Amino acid sequence: MTTSAKPHAIEVNNLVVSNGDVTAVRGVSFTIPQGGRMGLVGESGSGKSMTALALMGLLPMGWNTHGNILHDGVDLVTQSDKALSSRRGRTLSMVFQDPLSSLNPVRRVGDQISSVIRRHTGADRKVAEAQTIELIKQMNLPRPEQLVRAYPHEISGGQRQRIMIAMALACYPQLIIADEPTTALDVTVQKQVLRLLNGAVRDRGSALLMITHDLPIIAAMCDTVAVMYAGRIVEIGPVQEVFRNPRHHYTRGLLDSQPTMDNIALDGSSRLVSIPGMVPPLHSLPTGCAFNPRCPAATDKCRETMPELGSNGVSAACWHPIQTAGEVAAQ
Amino acid sequence: MSAVTPFPADARPLLEVRQLSQVYNLNRQKLFAPRPKLKVLDSIDFSVRPGEAVGLVGESGSGKTTLTRMLTGVERPGEGQVLYDGVDVWTGGEAHEKLFRRSVQVVLQNPRSSLDPRMRVGTSLLEPLRSLRIEGDHAARVLEVLDQVGLDKNALERFPHEFSGGQLQRIAIARALMPGPKVLIADEPVSALDVSIQAQVLNLLKDLVRDLGLSLVFIAHDLSVVAYTTSKVYVMSSGKIVEVGKPLDLFRNPQAEATQALVGAVLSVEAGLAGSALA
Repeated sequence: MTTSAKPHAIEVNNLVVSNGDVTAVRGVSFTIPQGGRMGLVGESGSGKSMTALALMGLLPMGWNTHGNILHDGVDLVTQSDKALSSRRGRTLSMVFQDPLSSLNPVRRVGDQISSVIRRHTGADRKVAEAQTIELIKQMNLPRPEQLVRAYPHEISGGQRQRIMIAMALACYPQLIIADEPTTALDVTVQKQVLRLLNGAVRDRGSALLMITHDLPIIAAMCDTVAVMYAGRIVEIGPVQEVFRNPRHHYTRGLLDSQPTMDNIALDGSSRLVSIPGMVPPLHSLPTGCAFNPRCPAATDKCRETMPELGSNGVSAACWHPIQTAGEVAAQ
Repeated sequence: MSAVTPFPADARPLLEVRQLSQVYNLNRQKLFAPRPKLKVLDSIDFSVRPGEAVGLVGESGSGKTTLTRMLTGVERPGEGQVLYDGVDVWTGGEAHEKLFRRSVQVVLQNPRSSLDPRMRVGTSLLEPLRSLRIEGDHAARVLEVLDQVGLDKNALERFPHEFSGGQLQRIAIARALMPGPKVLIADEPVSALDVSIQAQVLNLLKDLVRDLGLSLVFIAHDLSVVAYTTSKVYVMSSGKIVEVGKPLDLFRNPQAEATQALVGAVLSVEAGLAGSALA
């Protein structure tokens, strides 16, 4: 495959991540254009975090990557550890879920940010420190001059996550991967951090890959969404389309199981629509469509043959995609 | 579907706290300085009537967990009273304390850490009966409770690591139901679960309240989840109850600053699609 004229921030082709007999990611493909924002939704065990780690070259021992990950003119799958290491923080960077376990507890937060800048830009200490303070100001953090001297345990969870974001953005990367960046934070802080990430990514023109199980966050932050189930993308498309008219029954189920003010009745009689059963373990996936044991529309075909994305002319991997109101009317 | 309120409006509270305050001593800042004090609960009044589901929301650090510890009798309050069925649980005598201990049960946030990993599920379920010295046909009781939470009886021989998060939370709920409680206290019972499983567990809690006539105290930080399960919500902020009301009223017309902050923090798919979520 040749690279297209206008390079994407990242182009993933048929990514497979496996460890012996266990395959966590089973052929995932997507592209994020420069400055684009994609959300990757899925439950635990769906392979969304493994996809992110594969892009970063940070898979745990024993896990192997197959397929192509085209980024900045190279295929990351074939790059050496050293080459990947010089990219992390420079052309692509990641914000992790728990800032307390991803920041170094014995180094001052300012030093942690400025060492990223020094490593990738070769700036001297003074310049890097000045840039660090400027970054911290952009993160709306109070008293930046004092804060750079603080250790991670001395600041709040929201402040730590902003330090992580500052570190990820320090070198204007083409792509930022955020893996559940607000799950460990208090609800009232969550929105502030998302707003900040939103603005900071936009100002730098970086692309964003937002990994979360939280659909409202995707709706607020992203322009496309990919829904993952059991290691595969089962539906992909513009957020407005997928969330308004989901084609896959799993996407529909996820949307329905969100409690919102609209589906709560005053008299307490309302019930959430829940998806029965549970996510299958990776070592014993059902044959055919992996969702078939939980799907309301499953037929024998679903139990025998695995549907591909687009096999029915819609961007969902489903033999019996949900029809839109327009299609129903046309029949 | 029946939508009748299962309790008379003037029913006596089943579990109640009156003017509850608690002060913790913090570490000294200087060698000879007095230890600073932190008022974690400040004159709290809180009650649950039989068959009622109430919610308790607040940011982390607002005192939700401390209040839960008081309601379950884990911690003795510095000032004020904890009453079960109108009698103080700390001064009401041994027989009443025994009744209180078996009538108020708790479900915690993370079932992976609240179930003993080395104990078969069946043994875990029998634990409350053993420790509370409850007589009777234990085997029949286990099967009855398993049925109530929608689990199969072959779960009894298995260990916690063999289950998914949602099933484990059902087991934790089953264990809480074993002594036949009147009040179930659920502290963030779904926040450690996957989205598709959260709905199952929320529906289960709702069914139990309706079918068994249980009272439910539901503690969470997410207002929409609380609104779905309860009919009355207390909002806490820095150790005080700042607002009490019906969930929809709180949503539509929040009065206290803390409630406004919580309502403002709720993200919805609709708001996101409309582009107004982060405005």
